[in-house]
Amino acid sequence: MLSGVFSFVSAGLLVHLDAVDVAFTEAAVGAGISTVLMLSTLALTARHESLNRRPRAIPLIVVFLTGLTLVYGTLDMPRFGDPNAPIHSHVSPKYVNDTAAEIGMPNIVTAVLASYRGFDTFGEVTVIFAAGIGVLLLLAGTIRNAINGNISAMEHHLVLRVVTKVLIGPILLFALYVQFHGDYGPGGGFQAGVIFATAFIIYALVFGLETARRALPGRVVRILLATGVLIYGGTGLISFVTDHNFLDYSVLGATAVAGQHLGILLVEFGVGMTVSAVMVSTFYAFAGQNPPISDEDW
Amino acid sequence: MFTATALALLAAMALALVRLYAGPSLYDRVLAANSFGTKTVLLIGVMGFLTGRPDFLDISLLYALLNFIGTIAVLKFFRYRTLGDNVEGEGKP
Amino acid sequence: MTALLLDAVSWVLLMAGCVLVLIGALGLVRMPDFYCRLHPAGITDTLGADLILLGLMVQAGFSLITIKLLLIGAFMFFTSPTSTHAIANAALVAGLKPERAKVPALPEDKGDNQ
Repeated sequence: MLSGVFSFVSAGLLVHLDAVDVAFTEAAVGAGISTVLMLSTLALTARHESLNRRPRAIPLIVVFLTGLTLVYGTLDMPRFGDPNAPIHSHVSPKYVNDTAAEIGMPNIVTAVLASYRGFDTFGEVTVIFAAGIGVLLLLAGTIRNAINGNISAMEHHLVLRVVTKVLIGPILLFALYVQFHGDYGPGGGFQAGVIFATAFIIYALVFGLETARRALPGRVVRILLATGVLIYGGTGLISFVTDHNFLDYSVLGATAVAGQHLGILLVEFGVGMTVSAVMVSTFYAFAGQNPPISDEDW
Repeated sequence: MFTATALALLAAMALALVRLYAGPSLYDRVLAANSFGTKTVLLIGVMGFLTGRPDFLDISLLYALLNFIGTIAVLKFFRYRTLGDNVEGEGKP
Repeated sequence: MTALLLDAVSWVLLMAGCVLVLIGALGLVRMPDFYCRLHPAGITDTLGADLILLGLMVQAGFSLITIKLLLIGAFMFFTSPTSTHAIANAALVAGLKPERAKVPALPEDKGDNQ
């Protein structure tokens, strides 16, 4: 619980630092999904920590040396917020000045994320994809099915069921809004994917995991998982096969700016799809670990 | 005007933190955390007006949503967890 | 003139909301029992939040910002009481008993508290 509160506070700090997109993602991931997944993990562990009798020296030394090396590396960096640092005198002005002409969208963060540094974002999406695959590989063998159907739903929590039913539609709509509004305000694929997954998670929490699995089956989620990365890579490949650079969006439309818009739209959509599929499948894997309990016991 | 609101909200958040730390039972703490989240939503909105950037309201809406599902998730998982250790009776609050 | 009136109205709304939020937080700290604490936390959070949002809406005028604030207000109006209800329900089902009241027999045990 306190970690969720801590995420809220740190997101507030980021908002104060004027980094709105990062605050958005921090809120969505840190305060939302992490709390839910941490709780489902806690539900699987024992009540008392088993003490490790022999303290190990070698990992401690390795960690210490790595930390020292990293700190030594930071001594060479310019001071925080130094206006003469290379990033402030060369890189940032180029992005700030050229975005309007080359890409034509008000949100420079999305422009940098999806177009100027599109290859890095491709790597991020692939990492998320790999993490999802890893979780599924590790946990797929231990998922138990419900013994007698849908018994972990909260049938007697009438207020909660009605309110959740009313809310799921607007939540999904909000996720789509954040996804496609990322060009103009804070938002984009990562945040939208998390919000989209949240709708299904709350459905699973209130109505039972089996009901949620019937609404969004596991194999559909896995297909979506791969399709998102495919969309992203495919967009890059289109420009690749027409003799331009990989992920050069200018060839996708009649003018370079139109091409950039279309390219950014497609890759953000791919990102959103993969992120939401990973969150939902991870939740399914974690929550399906223990057999569901009957309703009276809840 | 907005500064006064922000200060009042910060004071209220500090009081909620006191209850979060001191609450004798689990449900006190869940209540305090839920309250803290609600005040965070308001604080982000007010700060958006203070700095003249109304884009922050998207983040407030997101926080309101996450506060709600976080509370539901905590309640459900803590209930389930006490039952895992103690099969026939109810767990302690 | 209308700007002054709008400012005055939003001052009143914001201050009323702040007072309610502060009273709620104070009640959360000072009340003796969990079920007593539910009242300040739940009621004042909802109404105080909606008043503050109303004050911000008056400040923003007719624009997209007001629509978003309206959405946040509607969302809080629905989910904040629901959360409080869910917490109270979970506490009651888990067996947390009110300390000071003589309640009628709860379904799972016979006899009074106290």
